[in-house]
Amino acid sequence: MSDLECNEFVELVTAFLDGALDAETEGRFVDHVAACDGCDRYLDQIRQTTQTLGSLPPESMSDEARESLLDAFRNWKR
Amino acid sequence: MEREARRAPGLPPDHDLVERLRDRDEAAFALLVDSWSGGLSRLARSFVATNESAAEVLQDTWLAVIKGIDAFEGRSSLKTWVYRILVNTAKRRGVREGRIVPMSSLAPIDEDYGPTVDPDRFLDAGHEWAGHWREFPALWPSPEQAALSGEVRAEVVAAVADLPDRQRIVITLRDVEGYTSEEVREILDLSVANQRVLLHRARARVRARLETYFAAVDAERVGGEAVS
Repeated sequence: MSDLECNEFVELVTAFLDGALDAETEGRFVDHVAACDGCDRYLDQIRQTTQTLGSLPPESMSDEARESLLDAFRNWKR
Repeated sequence: MEREARRAPGLPPDHDLVERLRDRDEAAFALLVDSWSGGLSRLARSFVATNESAAEVLQDTWLAVIKGIDAFEGRSSLKTWVYRILVNTAKRRGVREGRIVPMSSLAPIDEDYGPTVDPDRFLDAGHEWAGHWREFPALWPSPEQAALSGEVRAEVVAAVADLPDRQRIVITLRDVEGYTSEEVREILDLSVANQRVLLHRARARVRARLETYFAAVDAERVGGEAVS
Protein backbone atom coordinates (compact mmCIF):
# COMPACT_ATOMS: atom_id res chain seq x y z
CA MET A 1 0.00 0.00 0.00
CA SER A 2 1.54 3.27 -1.12
CA ASP A 3 0.77 6.83 -0.16
CA LEU A 4 -1.33 8.98 -2.44
CA GLU A 5 0.24 11.92 -4.20
CA CYS A 6 -1.69 15.21 -4.33
CA ASN A 7 -2.27 14.90 -8.08
CA GLU A 8 -3.93 11.51 -7.45
CA PHE A 9 -5.89 12.81 -4.49
CA VAL A 10 -7.62 15.56 -6.48
CA GLU A 11 -8.97 12.99 -8.94
CA LEU A 12 -10.63 10.95 -6.19
CA VAL A 13 -12.55 13.77 -4.56
CA THR A 14 -15.90 13.15 -6.27
CA ALA A 15 -15.79 9.42 -5.69
CA PHE A 16 -14.93 10.10 -2.05
CA LEU A 17 -17.85 12.52 -1.62
CA ASP A 18 -20.14 9.92 -3.24
CA GLY A 19 -18.91 7.31 -0.75
CA ALA A 20 -17.80 5.22 -3.72
CA LEU A 21 -14.15 4.51 -2.82
CA ASP A 22 -13.22 1.00 -1.73
CA ALA A 23 -12.19 0.79 1.92
CA GLU A 24 -8.47 0.68 1.21
CA THR A 25 -8.48 3.68 -1.12
CA GLU A 26 -10.71 5.58 1.24
CA GLY A 27 -8.22 4.92 4.01
CA ARG A 28 -5.39 6.30 1.90
CA PHE A 29 -7.54 9.29 0.95
CA VAL A 30 -8.31 10.13 4.55
CA ASP A 31 -4.68 9.63 5.62
CA HIS A 32 -3.62 12.00 2.90
CA VAL A 33 -6.06 14.77 3.72
CA ALA A 34 -5.07 14.55 7.37
CA ALA A 35 -1.44 15.13 6.45
CA CYS A 36 -1.71 17.60 3.56
CA ASP A 37 -3.01 21.13 4.05
CA GLY A 38 -3.12 21.79 0.31
CA CYS A 39 -5.43 18.86 -0.36
CA ASP A 40 -7.50 19.60 2.72
CA ARG A 41 -8.06 23.04 1.24
CA TYR A 42 -8.81 21.64 -2.21
CA LEU A 43 -11.43 19.26 -0.82
CA ASP A 44 -12.96 22.09 1.15
CA GLN A 45 -13.12 24.30 -1.93
CA ILE A 46 -14.91 21.56 -3.86
CA ARG A 47 -17.40 21.34 -1.00
CA GLN A 48 -17.81 25.12 -1.03
CA THR A 49 -18.37 24.95 -4.79
CA THR A 50 -21.12 22.34 -4.46
CA GLN A 51 -22.71 24.32 -1.63
CA THR A 52 -22.83 27.43 -3.80
CA LEU A 53 -24.31 25.39 -6.63
CA GLY A 54 -26.96 24.07 -4.25
CA SER A 55 -27.94 27.56 -3.15
CA LEU A 56 -28.70 29.04 -6.56
CA PRO A 57 -32.22 30.50 -6.61
CA PRO A 58 -34.69 28.60 -8.80
CA GLU A 59 -35.78 30.22 -12.00
CA SER A 60 -39.38 31.26 -12.25
CA MET A 61 -42.02 30.77 -14.86
CA SER A 62 -43.83 33.70 -16.45
CA ASP A 63 -47.34 34.44 -15.12
CA GLU A 64 -48.67 34.08 -18.63
CA ALA A 65 -47.21 30.61 -19.08
CA ARG A 66 -48.52 29.58 -15.68
CA GLU A 67 -52.01 30.83 -16.48
CA SER A 68 -52.11 29.06 -19.81
CA LEU A 69 -51.13 25.79 -18.13
CA LEU A 70 -53.82 26.13 -15.51
CA ASP A 71 -56.29 26.86 -18.34
CA ALA A 72 -55.17 23.73 -20.13
CA PHE A 73 -55.66 21.77 -16.94
CA ARG A 74 -59.16 23.19 -16.42
CA ASN A 75 -60.17 22.37 -19.98
CA TRP A 76 -58.78 18.87 -19.84
CA LYS A 77 -61.66 16.50 -20.48
CA ARG A 78 -61.87 12.92 -19.48
CA MET B 1 -30.86 22.01 5.04
CA GLU B 2 -31.73 24.43 2.31
CA ARG B 3 -31.32 21.71 -0.25
CA GLU B 4 -33.68 19.40 1.63
CA ALA B 5 -36.22 22.16 1.83
CA ARG B 6 -36.05 22.58 -1.90
CA ARG B 7 -36.27 18.89 -2.62
CA ALA B 8 -39.40 18.44 -0.55
CA PRO B 9 -41.19 21.77 -0.30
CA GLY B 10 -43.93 20.44 1.92
CA LEU B 11 -45.66 18.50 -0.84
CA PRO B 12 -48.16 15.77 -0.01
CA PRO B 13 -47.03 12.19 -0.73
CA ASP B 14 -47.07 10.96 -4.32
CA HIS B 15 -50.12 8.72 -4.09
CA ASP B 16 -52.14 11.61 -2.73
CA LEU B 17 -50.92 14.00 -5.45
CA VAL B 18 -51.55 11.51 -8.23
CA GLU B 19 -55.07 10.85 -6.99
CA ARG B 20 -55.80 14.56 -6.81
CA LEU B 21 -54.45 15.16 -10.31
CA ARG B 22 -56.60 12.32 -11.63
CA ASP B 23 -59.57 13.95 -9.91
CA ARG B 24 -58.71 17.15 -11.83
CA ASP B 25 -57.86 19.05 -8.67
CA GLU B 26 -56.50 22.34 -10.01
CA ALA B 27 -54.93 23.39 -6.71
CA ALA B 28 -52.82 20.23 -6.72
CA PHE B 29 -51.69 20.90 -10.27
CA ALA B 30 -50.84 24.53 -9.46
CA LEU B 31 -48.85 23.36 -6.44
CA LEU B 32 -46.72 21.06 -8.59
CA VAL B 33 -46.24 23.64 -11.32
CA ASP B 34 -45.10 26.18 -8.74
CA SER B 35 -42.85 23.75 -6.91
CA TRP B 36 -41.07 22.11 -9.81
CA SER B 37 -41.06 24.55 -12.73
CA GLY B 38 -37.95 26.35 -11.46
CA GLY B 39 -35.81 23.24 -11.47
CA LEU B 40 -37.37 21.90 -14.65
CA SER B 41 -36.76 25.13 -16.48
CA ARG B 42 -33.11 25.20 -15.42
CA LEU B 43 -32.68 21.67 -16.69
CA ALA B 44 -34.48 22.42 -19.95
CA ARG B 45 -31.98 25.17 -20.67
CA SER B 46 -29.20 22.62 -20.60
CA PHE B 47 -30.65 20.94 -23.66
CA VAL B 48 -31.92 23.72 -25.88
CA ALA B 49 -30.50 26.86 -27.43
CA THR B 50 -32.69 29.67 -26.14
CA ASN B 51 -34.82 30.71 -23.19
CA GLU B 52 -37.84 30.70 -25.48
CA SER B 53 -37.23 27.08 -26.44
CA ALA B 54 -36.77 26.16 -22.79
CA ALA B 55 -40.08 27.84 -21.90
CA GLU B 56 -41.82 25.84 -24.63
CA VAL B 57 -40.23 22.61 -23.48
CA LEU B 58 -41.49 23.34 -19.98
CA GLN B 59 -44.97 24.05 -21.29
CA ASP B 60 -45.01 20.87 -23.39
CA THR B 61 -43.79 18.88 -20.41
CA TRP B 62 -46.64 19.96 -18.18
CA LEU B 63 -49.15 19.30 -20.96
CA ALA B 64 -47.70 15.80 -21.32
CA VAL B 65 -48.03 15.34 -17.55
CA ILE B 66 -51.73 16.24 -17.75
CA LYS B 67 -52.26 13.81 -20.61
CA GLY B 68 -50.19 11.05 -19.09
CA ILE B 69 -51.13 11.14 -15.41
CA ASP B 70 -53.83 8.47 -15.79
CA ALA B 71 -51.19 6.12 -17.16
CA PHE B 72 -48.59 6.88 -14.45
CA GLU B 73 -47.71 3.57 -12.83
CA GLY B 74 -45.69 4.74 -9.86
CA ARG B 75 -42.58 2.80 -10.81
CA SER B 76 -40.53 5.91 -10.03
CA SER B 77 -41.39 8.89 -7.89
CA LEU B 78 -43.80 11.36 -9.47
CA LYS B 79 -41.08 13.98 -9.62
CA THR B 80 -38.64 11.68 -11.37
CA TRP B 81 -41.36 10.76 -13.85
CA VAL B 82 -42.02 14.44 -14.61
CA TYR B 83 -38.28 15.09 -14.97
CA ARG B 84 -37.99 12.19 -17.39
CA ILE B 85 -40.78 13.64 -19.51
CA LEU B 86 -38.94 16.95 -19.54
CA VAL B 87 -35.66 15.32 -20.53
CA ASN B 88 -37.29 13.44 -23.40
CA THR B 89 -39.14 16.53 -24.60
CA ALA B 90 -36.02 18.67 -24.32
CA LYS B 91 -33.84 16.12 -26.08
CA ARG B 92 -36.17 15.95 -29.07
CA ARG B 93 -36.21 19.70 -29.22
CA GLY B 94 -32.45 20.00 -28.78
CA VAL B 95 -31.82 17.50 -31.55
CA ARG B 96 -34.14 19.44 -33.84
CA GLU B 97 -32.28 22.64 -33.08
CA GLY B 98 -28.97 20.94 -33.76
CA ARG B 99 -27.94 21.75 -30.24
CA ILE B 100 -27.35 18.20 -29.08
CA VAL B 101 -26.80 14.97 -30.89
CA PRO B 102 -29.03 12.03 -30.05
CA MET B 103 -28.79 10.56 -26.69
CA SER B 104 -25.87 8.19 -26.59
CA SER B 105 -23.91 11.43 -26.48
CA LEU B 106 -24.48 12.02 -22.78
CA ALA B 107 -21.78 9.45 -22.05
CA PRO B 108 -18.32 10.86 -21.35
CA ILE B 109 -15.97 11.31 -24.30
CA ASP B 110 -12.16 11.51 -24.38
CA GLU B 111 -11.97 15.10 -23.23
CA ASP B 112 -13.87 14.21 -20.05
CA TYR B 113 -10.99 12.04 -18.87
CA GLY B 114 -7.46 13.03 -17.87
CA PRO B 115 -6.32 15.40 -15.12
CA THR B 116 -8.92 17.85 -13.83
CA VAL B 117 -6.29 20.04 -12.19
CA ASP B 118 -3.55 21.59 -14.31
CA PRO B 119 -0.53 19.22 -14.02
CA ASP B 120 1.71 22.31 -13.72
CA ARG B 121 0.27 22.84 -10.28
CA PHE B 122 2.19 19.77 -9.10
CA LEU B 123 5.93 19.05 -8.83
CA ASP B 124 7.44 17.11 -11.72
CA ALA B 125 8.55 13.52 -11.72
CA GLY B 126 12.09 13.27 -10.45
CA HIS B 127 11.50 15.83 -7.74
CA GLU B 128 11.69 14.49 -4.21
CA TRP B 129 8.06 15.53 -3.72
CA ALA B 130 6.88 14.63 -7.21
CA GLY B 131 3.11 14.84 -7.56
CA HIS B 132 2.70 17.21 -4.61
CA TRP B 133 1.42 20.78 -4.88
CA ARG B 134 4.01 23.30 -6.01
CA GLU B 135 1.98 25.83 -4.11
CA PHE B 136 -1.15 25.10 -2.14
CA PRO B 137 -4.39 26.44 -3.57
CA ALA B 138 -4.90 29.97 -2.25
CA LEU B 139 -7.22 30.41 0.68
CA TRP B 140 -10.76 31.53 -0.23
CA PRO B 141 -12.87 34.00 1.71
CA SER B 142 -15.24 32.24 4.07
CA PRO B 143 -18.69 31.44 2.67
CA GLU B 144 -20.14 33.70 5.37
CA GLN B 145 -18.69 36.78 3.74
CA ALA B 146 -22.10 37.64 2.44
CA ALA B 147 -21.02 40.77 0.61
CA LEU B 148 -19.47 38.53 -1.99
CA SER B 149 -22.18 35.96 -2.33
CA GLY B 150 -24.25 37.55 -5.11
CA GLU B 151 -21.19 37.90 -7.28
CA VAL B 152 -19.96 34.45 -6.36
CA ARG B 153 -23.27 32.96 -7.43
CA ALA B 154 -23.18 34.87 -10.71
CA GLU B 155 -19.69 33.51 -11.31
CA VAL B 156 -20.87 29.97 -10.64
CA VAL B 157 -23.86 30.40 -12.96
CA ALA B 158 -21.54 31.61 -15.72
CA ALA B 159 -19.12 28.74 -15.11
CA VAL B 160 -21.91 26.18 -15.39
CA ALA B 161 -23.20 27.81 -18.57
CA ASP B 162 -19.75 27.41 -20.14
CA LEU B 163 -19.52 23.67 -19.47
CA PRO B 164 -20.02 21.16 -22.29
CA ASP B 165 -23.68 20.02 -22.43
CA ARG B 166 -23.22 16.60 -20.86
CA GLN B 167 -21.25 18.02 -17.92
CA ARG B 168 -23.72 20.85 -17.44
CA ILE B 169 -26.71 18.52 -17.44
CA VAL B 170 -25.19 16.25 -14.81
CA ILE B 171 -23.94 18.99 -12.47
CA THR B 172 -27.30 20.75 -12.76
CA LEU B 173 -29.17 17.67 -11.62
CA ARG B 174 -26.69 16.51 -8.98
CA ASP B 175 -25.43 19.72 -7.39
CA VAL B 176 -27.93 22.42 -8.28
CA GLU B 177 -31.11 20.35 -7.94
CA GLY B 178 -29.69 17.94 -5.38
CA TYR B 179 -30.67 14.65 -7.01
CA THR B 180 -28.89 11.47 -5.94
CA SER B 181 -26.81 9.51 -8.44
CA GLU B 182 -29.49 6.82 -8.49
CA GLU B 183 -32.21 9.34 -9.36
CA VAL B 184 -30.04 10.85 -12.08
CA ARG B 185 -29.48 7.37 -13.48
CA GLU B 186 -33.25 7.02 -13.78
CA ILE B 187 -33.79 10.46 -15.25
CA LEU B 188 -30.97 10.43 -17.80
CA ASP B 189 -30.40 6.72 -18.25
CA LEU B 190 -26.73 7.37 -17.52
CA SER B 191 -24.71 4.98 -15.36
CA VAL B 192 -23.51 6.14 -11.96
CA ALA B 193 -19.89 5.64 -13.05
CA ASN B 194 -20.33 7.77 -16.18
CA GLN B 195 -22.13 10.45 -14.19
CA ARG B 196 -19.23 10.59 -11.79
CA VAL B 197 -16.71 11.19 -14.57
CA LEU B 198 -18.78 14.12 -15.84
CA LEU B 199 -19.62 15.49 -12.41
CA HIS B 200 -16.01 15.33 -11.28
CA ARG B 201 -14.78 17.30 -14.25
CA ALA B 202 -17.63 19.79 -14.04
CA ARG B 203 -16.99 20.48 -10.34
CA ALA B 204 -13.27 20.89 -10.93
CA ARG B 205 -13.96 23.43 -13.66
CA VAL B 206 -16.40 25.43 -11.58
CA ARG B 207 -13.94 25.39 -8.67
CA ALA B 208 -11.14 26.56 -10.98
CA ARG B 209 -13.33 29.41 -12.16
CA LEU B 210 -14.03 30.48 -8.58
CA GLU B 211 -10.32 30.25 -7.83
CA THR B 212 -9.58 32.64 -10.69
CA TYR B 213 -12.37 34.93 -9.54
CA PHE B 214 -11.20 35.05 -5.91
CA ALA B 215 -7.61 35.65 -7.03
CA ALA B 216 -8.77 38.62 -9.12
CA VAL B 217 -10.82 40.03 -6.24
CA ASP B 218 -7.84 39.62 -3.96
CA ALA B 219 -5.45 41.33 -6.41
CA GLU B 220 -7.88 44.23 -6.75
CA ARG B 221 -8.14 44.60 -3.01
CA VAL B 222 -4.37 44.54 -2.55
CA GLY B 223 -3.96 46.98 -5.45
CA GLY B 224 -6.55 49.30 -3.92
CA GLU B 225 -4.76 49.22 -0.60
CA ALA B 226 -1.42 50.02 -2.23
CA VAL B 227 -2.91 53.10 -3.91
CA SER B 228 -4.65 54.45 -0.82
